[in-house]
Amino acid sequence: MLNSRTPQLFGVMLHILKKTLWILLVLLGITVISFWIIHLAPGSPTDMETTLNPLAGAASRQRLEELYGLNRPLYVQYWDWLVRLVHLDFGNSMSVDARPVLTKIMERLPLTVGMNVISLMLTLLIAVPVGIISACRRNSLLDKIITILVFLGFAMPSFWLALLLMLFFGIELQWLPISGLTSINFDHLDLWGKFCDLVRHLALPVLVYTVGGLAGMSRYMRACMLETLRQDYILTARAKGLSNRAVIMRHALRNALLPVITLLGLSVPGLIGGSVIIESIFALPGLGQLFYGAVMARDYTMIMGNLVLGAVLTLLGNLLADVCYGIADPRIRTKRGER
Amino acid sequence: MLPRAIRNMLGRNLMLTLGSGIVLAMSLAALLAPLIAPFHPDALHLDHILEPPSSRFWLGTDRLGRDVFSRLLFGGRISLWVGFVAVGISVSIGTTLGLISGYFRSWVDECIMRFVDIMLCFPSFFLILAVIAFLEPSLTNIMIVIGLTSWMGVTRLVRAETLSLRERDFIAAARLSGTSSYHILVRHILPNTLAPVLITATLGIAGAILTESSLSFLGLGVQPPTASWGNMLMDGKAVISTAPWLSLYPGLAILVTVLGYNLLGESLRDFFDPRLHVR
Repeated sequence: MLNSRTPQLFGVMLHILKKTLWILLVLLGITVISFWIIHLAPGSPTDMETTLNPLAGAASRQRLEELYGLNRPLYVQYWDWLVRLVHLDFGNSMSVDARPVLTKIMERLPLTVGMNVISLMLTLLIAVPVGIISACRRNSLLDKIITILVFLGFAMPSFWLALLLMLFFGIELQWLPISGLTSINFDHLDLWGKFCDLVRHLALPVLVYTVGGLAGMSRYMRACMLETLRQDYILTARAKGLSNRAVIMRHALRNALLPVITLLGLSVPGLIGGSVIIESIFALPGLGQLFYGAVMARDYTMIMGNLVLGAVLTLLGNLLADVCYGIADPRIRTKRGER
Repeated sequence: MLPRAIRNMLGRNLMLTLGSGIVLAMSLAALLAPLIAPFHPDALHLDHILEPPSSRFWLGTDRLGRDVFSRLLFGGRISLWVGFVAVGISVSIGTTLGLISGYFRSWVDECIMRFVDIMLCFPSFFLILAVIAFLEPSLTNIMIVIGLTSWMGVTRLVRAETLSLRERDFIAAARLSGTSSYHILVRHILPNTLAPVLITATLGIAGAILTESSLSFLGLGVQPPTASWGNMLMDGKAVISTAPWLSLYPGLAILVTVLGYNLLGESLRDFFDPRLHVR
């Protein structure tokens, strides 16, 4: 038993090694491109304190540039930054508070990632059944209604949806708060009260995130299901007299879910980008807001930190999708060694 | 004969009719904006500030008393312009790289495809945001940056088409008769990839319009006083509880336009993709 599995295990190890190397390479590529773009673009983090400040002269600007090391050649700056990055040191923020970038990011990370994970789960919970139903009842009235909704969902700008929801639930009905993470009296609430308060504040943002992903996901699920239902083994399953339900749940669903897993991994950059808009509308203190502020203040270290983090999250998403794919599809496991 | 063929096609396919109808109507409205608009888009009516829709101001007025309907029409010009130019850029880059990658294979292909992988892992909206903020938000910058960050899909598509086309007999025949690589690519392969590229481009316009309006909504897109649907919504947000119509119509305009291009793109896909007819 052990012997027969050894070559397979070796193949898996090799695959993981290759994958890891590739991920590091991609990360390196992303840091090089972003570093160059950001540092070569006009404007500098010292603008706020010098050019825009009539009391500061050229001398103070020079002092600041020396302080931040901006007067050195770009490749030296990059190398320096990269070496510190390897030690997980993202540097200090170039804004007034000058706190470590990593600390500031870590404060904001739970909110953004939490909202995204919750809405991804909601999206899957809704999109998978919807996709299956519209594929199985193709061209029925229900399928047509779903298709119309999907097209509307695709075209809906997330920020407009957010505005409409605010207008309806926040202002018309007065059911939900329209901005912020907590109410003013948050500190005086008991644990349950705090939880309810958070849920009420996050309901609309999570809803916006979910609707954003729903259209694409259910459409994709439908397409994959249709593709699977055309396969010969489905015909075989039907021919041997299995019920429709068994054919779909046991034979078709698992195969149709595979591409959807990949889509999940690919949707991470979009979610990260979307957080800027959604957090700014609902005034939520998440990563998106942090990044927006950093961009506005030309806070180089902070921007780079966010870009690297975004890339890492994206790559992690892809890797996770890859692993899930391997678990869900036995064919991939045996083919691993070839890649 | 041709009009009838088109008429039949339109009659058969509701999606195509609706899509092309919306696209046509929106394009006409944008092109003829100066003729249709009842007021100049930047004209201030200071005695009619924040008025709800009426017979004089069809869709109401904003905080400076500007006519929302006129501004919507002119905002449409911006959206379409951004959509077309940005997609023009991304399609040009994508097609060129895809053709080269698919035709020459080997290390060129490897390099280009790995670059595509890297670009796909970029949190691109972050990057767009940073670059635009640094370069000063302007229409030109927005179009270029959106174009430069959205060519990867086209590259993959064109590469896949080229890979299969280059093995076909007519390409072998062209090569045997001494046609240069450049000539084969431009004259024989490129025209055969046009249909899928056209579909992606149509869907890409929708995407570019959405990105531009998101940027403008964040204040990093088209700058006031120039009207764009995104910055009209940004303006509207501040007075959403007292003047909800300001938050309503620009969003509706985005929704309908993007819907139009998506419908058109999808129905073109149905039309060109023979696999869907077999089903």
